[in-house]
Formats: sequence, structure tokens, C-alpha cells
Amino acid sequence: MTVELLKELSDAVIDGNKDKSVELTNKLLDLGMNAKDILDNGLLPGMEVVGIRFRDNIIFVPQVLISARAMKSSLALLEPLLSKAELKGSGTVIIGTVKGDIHDIGKNIVAMMLRSSGFSVIDLGIDTRAEKFLDAIKKENAEIVGMSALLTTTMGYMKTVIDRIKEENILVKVMVGGAPISKAFADQIGADGYAKNATDAVKLAKSLIGIVTKEETVE
Amino acid sequence: MNKFLEAVKSGKVLLCDGAMGTELQKRNLPSGACPEEYNISHPEIVRSIHKDYFDAGSDIVETNTFGANRARLKLHGYENRVREFCLAAVSLAKSVCPEGKFVAGSVGPTGDLLEPLGNLPEQEAYDIFAEQIKALEEGGADAVYVETMMAVEEAVIAVKAAKENTSLPVVASMTFELGNAGLRTMWGVDIKTSIEKYSEAGADVIGANCGKGFDEMIAIVKEMRPLTQKPIIAQSNAGIPEWIHGISVYTETPEVMSPKAEEILKSGVNIIGGCCGTGPAHIKRIREILDRLADYHI
Repeated sequence: MTVELLKELSDAVIDGNKDKSVELTNKLLDLGMNAKDILDNGLLPGMEVVGIRFRDNIIFVPQVLISARAMKSSLALLEPLLSKAELKGSGTVIIGTVKGDIHDIGKNIVAMMLRSSGFSVIDLGIDTRAEKFLDAIKKENAEIVGMSALLTTTMGYMKTVIDRIKEENILVKVMVGGAPISKAFADQIGADGYAKNATDAVKLAKSLIGIVTKEETVE
Repeated sequence: MNKFLEAVKSGKVLLCDGAMGTELQKRNLPSGACPEEYNISHPEIVRSIHKDYFDAGSDIVETNTFGANRARLKLHGYENRVREFCLAAVSLAKSVCPEGKFVAGSVGPTGDLLEPLGNLPEQEAYDIFAEQIKALEEGGADAVYVETMMAVEEAVIAVKAAKENTSLPVVASMTFELGNAGLRTMWGVDIKTSIEKYSEAGADVIGANCGKGFDEMIAIVKEMRPLTQKPIIAQSNAGIPEWIHGISVYTETPEVMSPKAEEILKSGVNIIGGCCGTGPAHIKRIREILDRLADYHI
């Protein structure tokens, strides 16, 4: 019974059916299932499929956003029931769109996929200055910082942040992404990694903190 | 007929300019600064970029107003300066525009998500675009370029705002990328849908800009040409940027670009130009090709 309900919950997330996803989450909680199991076996497998379909151009930004909304609504029910350790998960990622740039759709998708993969994500939003990144990295003792830029006129700011991190000798892995960003660019500004899409960003984040992932494919 | 449209429909391919943003960076625009504010604080820089493009052989230059809408300018606290920035931008381009050449007002996306996916109501998006485009017309622009669009709903609103509030011809493009599902925008819009929606909204010229480089632009134009009778515009990025000596440098140099630009021309575009990473040297090259192909008509 609960196995089917979990599968239905995954499907609700994949379809972006928020009402259904909330209803099923409540039902599973009523049946006595613990929040961590609902998250790990219902919501996260659903978002994983969404991520892979997005990477493979089977779905696009609007569908991902609709799924994310379903996932978020269910997660809101589970979060108060999860322990601190469960919330912290595999590691903490500070994420933000850099100074001068207001584009946060890609960054939001990456943040959500990281959350869906067990990372604790602190989202600094848009137009993020170096000081704000540094303060958050120190305060949260974060393992990873992720920066996003969509504009050619703002991508250079990633280097400003990386330079500050190096000046202060802060131990944190830096990952970057965004439409104009390439692997070559990431290497040249001294980032630890570049990801082309949200699914690859999760894989990258895991590899940066030493988690080995198996190759995922669409069923 | 409007002079701009007359020129577009003359059968001669018109040459647009290259990028503004990356040219401003070469002239030390700091990362994250507001490019449109340069129309006020650094008019000589903006003017010199326009002049470089006209000198390189551009028939049309685009104003430095890509982000001059209330939604984007808000980030810098300039949301009440849309008209001021737009008027200054058009005036700068016109001050170096030779007789018979054109100034087009650049209009980029709001950067916000429309309802119901995001928080931007349709009417507000319409008002944001109308405010900007009216100011561009007031300044004396010859046309408006709605560009770098990814969501077709927002793109259509921008074209309608131009059509219903001004008498400017509208050039409308979206940004496509080649993936497993063919050429699509990040929102999943394919070329056929883009052409249909832009045509319905009343765009006079339809096309593509930005993207991953000239190779993909060739594919885009080839897919587009049989699908519409309307004039087509293609403005490609110069490949993918790398970071060299503190500025973003694009991989497609004028030499690398030349044969690809020629193929785009022969695939039936009516307006060609460049986007991010292209500069006056790219435009000069395309001008040389156009002169060589002078007898070549679409």
C-alpha cells in the first residue's frame, strides 16, 4: 500500500501536480510513515526523473518549475518533522546569482535539484556581492559555493568572488554555471568545477565532496 | 512605407552591428554594473561603439537599451529612469548615424517569470515593455528589436506592446540552442512555434539572436527559411566565451566566422549581424563578404 502511494507521490512530482503531491504526502504521514522515508522514497526519486528529463531535453524550464513547486509544497510539510542532521544531509551549499545579474531561474533549479539530492542549500538570491558569499560560507561552514550568471556583463564577477575566497584562504569548493559559462571559462577563473545543467550540477557537487555517483539514465 | 521596412524589403541584405555588452566590457564596464546607465555617465564610450560599427559598415546599430526596462533597472535602483536612459541611448546612436542608415531600439526580456509560473502579471509585463518602447520611439528610433526571448508568451507581449503603442517596425528574435529535441529555447519553444506566434503578434521581421555560435545559427536559418515569407534576421554569438586577461574572449574570431557568415547569407537571411562576442572586426568582415556577393540576391 505505502509502496504504491510513494510511487504515486513520485509521479505527482514528475507531473507537477501540486495538489496531489500534498494530498499524498499528508496521507503517508497519517499512515505513520516518517518524513525522511517520504522524502527519500517519494519526493526525491520523482525529482531525479525530472532532472534527467530536463538534462535530456525531454522537458524544459516551465515543466521543471511546475514540478519544483509540487516538490516544495510537499517538502514544506516534511521539513518541521526532519531532524537537523537529516536536513543537513550530505553537505551545505551556498548558492547565488552574482552581482548585477537578476536571473535566477537556472540557479533556482540547481538549488532545488541539490536539495532533492540531500544537500542543505542556502540560497542567497540574485545580485549577490562577494562579501555576502563569503559571510555565508563562513557562517554556514559550507563545503561548496555555487555561482550563477546569465549575462556576459556579469560572468566576470565570479572571478572577483573566487579571488576573495583565495585571498582569505577559505576552504570551500567553487562550482559555476549559467548560459554563457563554459568549462574553459570555469578553469580560467579558478573554479573547481562547471556544470552544464542542474543534473550535472548535482553530480559535480557530489564529486567535489567525494561522493561517487552511478551513471543515471531515463527509464 | 517606413524607410526601415523599405530597406529590409529592397532585396539587399542589411548588415546590423555586433555586440554592445562585450564591447562595453572591453572599455572597462565593471562586472555587474548597469550597462544602460553608461548612456548617461559615459556617453562618449557608447557613442564610440556605435561609430565603430557604422565605420565597419553596419547599416543598422542597436541602442544600448537591452536591459532598459523597469523590471531590470530596479536592481540598480534606476527603475524610474527608463525614459531617460532610452532617450539618451537613441540620441547617442543617432548622433553618429550616417544618412540612410538606421538606429534600432534594443528590447530584451524583463528577467522575470510570467504568472502563473512566476509573479509577473501579463498586464504588468505589457506595461513594462510599452514604457520602454514608447521612449525609444520618442527618441527617434527607426525600429524596435525584441530580442533574446526564450518564453514565447513574454515575446508576444513585447511585440504587441510595440505594435499597439508605437508605429515602429518590429524585428523579433528568440534564442535557440541545439539539443536532443532539436533547436529550442530554454523554455522548449521550437522554431515553428516561434515563427507562428511572432507572425500572429505582428512582427515584421523574425529571427534568432545570441546562442552558441555561427554553426548553430546556420542550422537555425536553414530551418527557418522555408517556414516563413517574412524577412529573417540572424545575429549570432561569436562562439562560447573564455576568460583571458580579465575579459571574456569569444572563440569565433572574424577569420573563423567568415565562411560561416557567408553560409548564413546564402541561406536566405535579410538582416545579419552579431551578438555577444562579435565586434567591429566581425562586422567589417561580413561587410566585405556582402560587397563580394553584391550581385547575390535572395
